[in-house]
Amino acid sequence: MKFAVQVNASPYQSNAGHAAYRFITGALAAGHEIFRVFFYHDGIYHAFKYASPPDDELQFSSQWSDLARRYQVDLVVCISAAQRRGLLCSDESKRQGKLDNDLAEGFRISGLGQLVEATLVADRFIVFG
Amino acid sequence: MKHLLFVLRKPVHSGVYVQETLDIVLTTAAFDQSVSILLLDDGVFHLKNNQNPDCVGMKDTASIFKALEIYDVNDVYVEIESLQERGLTCGDLCLPVNSLYRKNIAELMKRFDVLVPG
Repeated sequence: MKFAVQVNASPYQSNAGHAAYRFITGALAAGHEIFRVFFYHDGIYHAFKYASPPDDELQFSSQWSDLARRYQVDLVVCISAAQRRGLLCSDESKRQGKLDNDLAEGFRISGLGQLVEATLVADRFIVFG
Repeated sequence: MKHLLFVLRKPVHSGVYVQETLDIVLTTAAFDQSVSILLLDDGVFHLKNNQNPDCVGMKDTASIFKALEIYDVNDVYVEIESLQERGLTCGDLCLPVNSLYRKNIAELMKRFDVLVPG
């Protein structure tokens, strides 16, 4: 089955993002396809490259990066939600005359059309948070 | 074309959440999908008359609801019990809505391909 997933909660607001991660790895292990993961609202905080939690805590952004590397999962961060919260990729920050390069490896920034497309293509659309 | 139902349950002006959710509604409608909205629980406050959101530094999201017609979003459903529990009637709302009882909500949801919580 083809799944589209939306993550709305930040890593420290609730465990919804981690639940999404667990769901995705479980679905992949069971042979399902993850068409796209879309990070929206405070969910965009999962994509911050320089989040530096203590070593004995979950390294959420590198966990997602690993997932993208291992399974080629499409991790998309909403551009308007990201900009509102100060998450800029290098291209976008150059365009705005800023210096940020905040996007963790494996994520890409795009628009809400990517979310709509995912809901249309997928057999199931699941929202966490 | 898919039929999507956005189920809005959070109170209005609770941060930017509602505004961002309405952005999904508008984008989905702009992609020529069939979009309907269901207001449940504190979500019924979205359409309450006489809001002054600028006083708390928030956007006037009720006016976005009023603009939905332009995007062919014509079906806004409201749960009658949610209104009653908050001392509201359809007359307190700034848009004409389809009101329905809690016992009929599940049946309504079954008519849609995708449910989007908001």
